[in-house]
Amino acid sequence: MPTVLIVDDSKLARIVVGKALAALRPDWLRLEAGNAQEALELLGSEAVHVAILDYNMPGQNGLALAGTIRERFPAMPIALATANVQDEVIAGARAVDASFVYKPINADSLRGFISGAALKLRDAEP
Amino acid sequence: MTGSEIPLSGLEHDALTELVNIGVSRAASSLRQMVGEQVILSVPSVQVVDRQMAATLIRQRETDQLIAVRQDFDGAFSGRALLIFPERNSLELVRAVAGDTLSCNEAREMEEEALAETGNIVLNGCLATMANLLRRPLTLSLPQVIRGDGRLLFELGEVPGGDGVVLFLYINFAISGRDIRGYIAMLMDLPSLESLNVLIREFISRITGAEEASDGA
Repeated sequence: MPTVLIVDDSKLARIVVGKALAALRPDWLRLEAGNAQEALELLGSEAVHVAILDYNMPGQNGLALAGTIRERFPAMPIALATANVQDEVIAGARAVDASFVYKPINADSLRGFISGAALKLRDAEP
Repeated sequence: MTGSEIPLSGLEHDALTELVNIGVSRAASSLRQMVGEQVILSVPSVQVVDRQMAATLIRQRETDQLIAVRQDFDGAFSGRALLIFPERNSLELVRAVAGDTLSCNEAREMEEEALAETGNIVLNGCLATMANLLRRPLTLSLPQVIRGDGRLLFELGEVPGGDGVVLFLYINFAISGRDIRGYIAMLMDLPSLESLNVLIREFISRITGAEEASDGA
């Protein structure tokens, strides 16, 4: 089953993303990290297939983290979660081939990204 | 100086920070459209302090004279929201909003109006988003431009029990490519904080589902 890494400094936000994900794909596994550092450690030790990243976090922000993840995992579906819809943030997400998910997150706002990710993962299967 | 009894649990504190984060991110997106440059935000800081401490927190960072747009809000919870920046940034902000072709005199003439309008859009955006997420309407006063140091900004007005403990939220912002930076700050007094707490708990149970919040998988 695909494993989704949820990165957000807010525990509440991680719970909300986890719940939305459970509603859409109850069988997918979930991992959580509270910052970019923790996320990179998890990516080194666990098999992660999809990443959902908060934008505004202490330390490295979600966009910078998306760039780092993209270098290591060229095909991983990545979403940037934020209410910050400034052109530069959207362009930054586009530049690292990350999708945009609007906060506050619920199953509806996450659906498009997760459906796309599921298709991508299926295509990647041997 | 911090209030001894911080009336927010870890998850409630988290929820409030997230609410402010969403509100300010939307507000920054509106400000970005006005100034045409990226608005860079810090992670929000949420603290329970007394009023003097709130003023000190700003004064420690800013020795300059400050200018602020202030809006009071009232409803299920009430308080004061401020868009604050060093006074010397003021005309630069007016130019960023109203156009770089303005002469110094023209910029000065429309300073108050441009600042009030900018503050209105930023603070309204932030507060309206928070009110929507909490599902309670807030009434907002008209924006008012005030000048002074940190103490004046936070003590101005007719707030009763001015020595009381307040909830103090602030976020730093900067405008990319321009010498403009400042803060979005919010102050709430304690009775308001108690009502806010009830709404935050409702908000948490609504977005996490009725079940007890767990750590997830």
